[in-house]
Amino acid sequence: MIRVVFLGRLAEAAGAPQIDMTLPDGVTDTGALRDWLSRTTPALNAPSVRMTLNRALLRDSCKLAAGDEVAFLPPVSGG
Amino acid sequence: MIRVQAEPFDPAAELARFAAACPTCGAIVSFTGIVRQFGDGDQINRLELQHYSGFTEPTVVGLAEAARARFAISDVAIVHRFGDFAPGEPIVFVAAAAEHRRAAFDAVDYLMDRLKTEAPFWKREVGERDARWIEARPTDHADRSRWERTE
Repeated sequence: MIRVVFLGRLAEAAGAPQIDMTLPDGVTDTGALRDWLSRTTPALNAPSVRMTLNRALLRDSCKLAAGDEVAFLPPVSGG
Repeated sequence: MIRVQAEPFDPAAELARFAAACPTCGAIVSFTGIVRQFGDGDQINRLELQHYSGFTEPTVVGLAEAARARFAISDVAIVHRFGDFAPGEPIVFVAAAAEHRRAAFDAVDYLMDRLKTEAPFWKREVGERDARWIEARPTDHADRSRWERTE
């Protein structure tokens, strides 16, 4: 089981601010997870959307393990 | 002093506390960002600012460290709120203390440009007509890029 968090407008696109899910067969890393979730939520595949794994920014795809938290981050606006 | 918090804050009290911590500093510059009354001509009733706990805080701390490394400042403060806001409420407070004014001005300017474009907050304006997510504007990115030429 992993947790997936959708921040900002992505929560509306995904239909929930976060979901807990069992990794589907063949989905073992963050890149594959993004591809898989993008099938139903295409907004996740936008180049401007970044990902974190356990609250650290991802540059490359990383292996997923039970208990991991993955987040999808749309462009930010602080200040 | 770097804080990311839900609680309201008083910018005047933050500045007073910050100034008291450096009685020998020759220059203190502060900036307070406040929720606007109008967004794209529409009346704003409420602003929602979301953060990602455990990720937003270290990112903001990292920006403060970058400012310390880059400018000749002796201290820096950032207070950034999240949650629900009404127009007129302070969202962000940034201050820098230095021996001379230029470093303090530049550090605050730099921090605001980086907070606008890089701090992990997500902003939604709820207006009279509709609600919309706000992203950093092209001018915000242009402001941020001013600092790259000399980095």
